Amino acid sequence: MSVGETVIGPPARPTPAQWVRKNLFSSPFNSALTVISVLVIVLAARGIGRWVFVTADWSPVVQSLRLFAVGPYPAEQLWRIWFIVYMVSFLMGVSGGRFGGTVRTFAVALAVAFGVLAVLPISPDYLPLDTRLRLLLNPVMAVAGYVVGRRAPIQARWLPLAWLSSFALTIVMLGGFRNVALLPYVESGKWGGLTLTFLLALVGIVASFPIGVLLALGRQSNLPVVKALCIVFIEVVRGVPLVTILFMVSIILPLFLPDNIRIDRVLRAMLGMTLFAAAYMAENVRGGLQSIPRGQYEAAKALGLTGFQTTLLIVLPQALRVVIPAIVGQFIALFMDTTLAIIVGLLELLAVGRAVLNSNPAWLFRDMEVYLFIALIFWIFTFSMSFASRRVEAAVGLGKR
Amino acid sequence: MKAKLSFLVSTVVVVALLAAACAPATPAPAPQEQPTAAQEQPAAAPAAQEQPTAAPAPAAQKILDAVKARGKVVCGVHTSLPGFGYLDANGKNMGFDIDLCRAVAAAVFGSPDAAEFVPISAAERGPALQTREVDMVPRNMTWTSTRDAQWGNFTHVMFYDGQGMMVRADSGFKTLEDLNGATICVTTGTTTEQNLADAFRERGLTFTAVTFEDTSAVYSAYEGGRCDAATSDKSQLAAVRSGFANPNDHVILEITMSKEPLAPAVPAGDDQWFDLVKTVLWVLINAEEMGVTSQNVEEMKNSPSLPVRRMLGVEGSFGQEDLGLSKDFAVNVIKAVGNYGEIYDRYMGPNGLSFTLDRGLNNLWTNGGLIYAPPLR
Repeated sequence: MSVGETVIGPPARPTPAQWVRKNLFSSPFNSALTVISVLVIVLAARGIGRWVFVTADWSPVVQSLRLFAVGPYPAEQLWRIWFIVYMVSFLMGVSGGRFGGTVRTFAVALAVAFGVLAVLPISPDYLPLDTRLRLLLNPVMAVAGYVVGRRAPIQARWLPLAWLSSFALTIVMLGGFRNVALLPYVESGKWGGLTLTFLLALVGIVASFPIGVLLALGRQSNLPVVKALCIVFIEVVRGVPLVTILFMVSIILPLFLPDNIRIDRVLRAMLGMTLFAAAYMAENVRGGLQSIPRGQYEAAKALGLTGFQTTLLIVLPQALRVVIPAIVGQFIALFMDTTLAIIVGLLELLAVGRAVLNSNPAWLFRDMEVYLFIALIFWIFTFSMSFASRRVEAAVGLGKR
Repeated sequence: MKAKLSFLVSTVVVVALLAAACAPATPAPAPQEQPTAAQEQPAAAPAAQEQPTAAPAPAAQKILDAVKARGKVVCGVHTSLPGFGYLDANGKNMGFDIDLCRAVAAAVFGSPDAAEFVPISAAERGPALQTREVDMVPRNMTWTSTRDAQWGNFTHVMFYDGQGMMVRADSGFKTLEDLNGATICVTTGTTTEQNLADAFRERGLTFTAVTFEDTSAVYSAYEGGRCDAATSDKSQLAAVRSGFANPNDHVILEITMSKEPLAPAVPAGDDQWFDLVKTVLWVLINAEEMGVTSQNVEEMKNSPSLPVRRMLGVEGSFGQEDLGLSKDFAVNVIKAVGNYGEIYDRYMGPNGLSFTLDRGLNNLWTNGGLIYAPPLR
């Protein structure tokens, strides 16, 4: 703050009447604008409200909640998905209890969301009592986790590790094994709905991050071959649309592989999305790397750090901090890009929407309702991600320090 | 710093785990020891040999052996086509095409539940066959000469479809000539669009196409009055028509603009499997012809008719051994899914699960249709 500036205290809080007069009716023109805007809003809200509550027929959505959630996953194996959900709720609780702040906000939001789902006014034919009770177990798990997080002496560094292990466990639980009676194999053709969408996005995010960082470092490298390879990979992948990459990986790749090598269909899509995301991630991270001033490297060298240590301890932490907004933006884009897997036959959320529309000819013209429902789901999760990103940015002091 | 390191390390571990967890999830024939198939036909083996390499590559492995080792028949299927391949509310694969896969599973394993369904997109039908990712593709696929040459072997026509035209009942349109200058809704980039253009050009007529990428958009536009007519395969038009609030307001014209023989296909180069799938389909058709249904199949074993007794494995043979199947596999098939007519009626009959479509060309040849199978003997 410069010397001559006057410090002004916060103004007295205006009364509602004052606020309205100042902001909505300060001049005849503003008053007219306000009236017109209110009219437009009321009319639009009435139209939308009438459509949502009267015209629209939500039965395709309400009667297919299970399909939207898990796709064609076999009913007798659904406990595995419940297990995964409980695990996430519990870990969310532990993290919320341990870290507090935004994490706690999210833990509470998750628990409340499950609670709300459990009491939705839906006919018991489509949301039976046992499903409601199972949903209600989630807040219980979250609270239990919260207590553990508060009381138990858990070191903060173990939690990321726990989350990563839970992720690996999730994949094992979903797929199971051949010849294991307790956890029978569920082929990936049976994975679907929101579960598959999450899986595709999470694998893409988790796997593309380290690959992208390595690619960015490789591109900055002094080794000519490594540098050239990284540049070629990044530029080739970035020069091709994701749809093309998915087609290549799903349809053309198997034709070139030897006959005895088959890559699972879901894994192929994951591979394509991860490679695609990694190339973009690399460019984001490179932006961060380039923002680190020369002096940081020199200071590290002066302290006797090796090149590896300099990168890992000095450069990357600063570089990644700078590009958090760009990375989260990319994660959000990746989450929504999972819908492209529909063109290679995966039953992700959008494909389930299409399957629902076609499962009953009476629902063929209910596409507005189904697609709006899918849009709402996507909005909830992408909004949560950008909210989390803003809080993380604030926590690391981005734009302030 | 240790925390960061452990984070990086654990990330790598997870990626590796992921690869490990997903890798065995391939539906491809695993190179397991082959169960001895005593009834193998030696003549079929050289045909399957695609690579000149001396080592027995897994591609040369017979599909039936791979299927038996796996315990499942893997079918590439549709998941959003009413009547033919769709998911019910519990996520179970259903449909006319799906039931053929169940029938093959019943033939090989005695149980229709030994079928595994892989959802594939239209673009993947060819590659899935070429790479043997699936054992068969019962997925609403028109049999054409190019596809037969490039993709695999088409078994036997299971459904005769054709491109039709739907108009509003009060429009008075009856023929293509009536539609001169009309606006027609159609999906873009499909053979449907080409057939439409060809049919109109042949007759010297003009039309305005309103094209959409998504099929549901086509019918929404038609419903909203943006087009005078909508065109697609007749089975699809019938499905859409039954979805209107008032189906009788719309009619499907008596015009057929293209031939669409829908046939399940199998990978090329395995005659035994090719014949097996064909024979299962022939059993379904012959069973309807002989009046054998899922209800009466047990009683029919005592039928005085020799063809019936032969089909049900009571007397004589119609080549079951050469196909690698049990003598009474037809009983399992018919018990599991019923005969051809039962399958048709289940989805498209008067009280069908999906919609109602007159059998027309898909009637038995004895009833004026085109459904005709070689005799089982």
